Amino acid sequence: MMNCKQTTRLLSDAQERELTLKERIAVKLHISMCSGCRNFGSQMPSLRQIARAYAKSDTGDARQSSDEPRS
Amino acid sequence: MNKTDACASNLEPDALPPLADPVYLQELRAQMLKFAVLQLGDKSLAEEAVQEALMGALKNVHSFVRRAALKTWVFAILRNKIIDILRRRQRLVEASRLLGDDDSNEAADALFDGRGHWLAEERPGAWSQPAEEARSQQFWRVFEACLNGLPETQSRVFMMREFLELESDEICQAEQISVSNLHVILHRARLRLRDCLENNWFLEGERG
Repeated sequence: MMNCKQTTRLLSDAQERELTLKERIAVKLHISMCSGCRNFGSQMPSLRQIARAYAKSDTGDARQSSDEPRS
Repeated sequence: MNKTDACASNLEPDALPPLADPVYLQELRAQMLKFAVLQLGDKSLAEEAVQEALMGALKNVHSFVRRAALKTWVFAILRNKIIDILRRRQRLVEASRLLGDDDSNEAADALFDGRGHWLAEERPGAWSQPAEEARSQQFWRVFEACLNGLPETQSRVFMMREFLELESDEICQAEQISVSNLHVILHRARLRLRDCLENNWFLEGERG
């Protein structure tokens, strides 16, 4: 049985590659019993979405100011 | 007539070179600036690095028809400039940290016990409406602070992947790391970033 560290690694990897059947089963088994890893798994797509939204956010630092001299 | 001319004439005539499209250029520049500010923590240094990287790209404006290729290339230049600046500043203990060799004392390991299970206080909780939260100014300040709290390699690689949306092989090439190395770095970055967001926003964060 995988521990949480190994499970989170696979849940992170799932954002990068397709997991093998064996890996998917191992993850499913683990998260059926572990709420921490279950939450971690559901937050992986959120984290990606947040980082992408950051690109479009208006955070002040990188604001496109119109008073900037054009070069 | 040389070969380049022949190639160029095969292009769709109305396809603007990416850097000649002011809207695209502005977006790209804003994205680069955010990336550079995060890495350098200094806006004027960041602007300088972005400017230099864009100037480099403008010299080769016609060699980039595909926007994705241009973006990868421009960010590779920017990344090198950022690393140069960081090295010059000697803010970093040693160069190896830049290259992802910071295996020791990995803070992400501190989330687990000796058998690799969550420590009780580090166990991820449920987030409420992460997409909704992601829109407030205050949230972005927390997000930036959390990113800045990561080791530099981790934040850079994470941002290359999730913010710039570069493909794995592009990042591996830019950082000179293997795919499995990349996955280790991303795993650690996600563990820590998630933990930081949860502690500073999703559990405590009262929107004030």
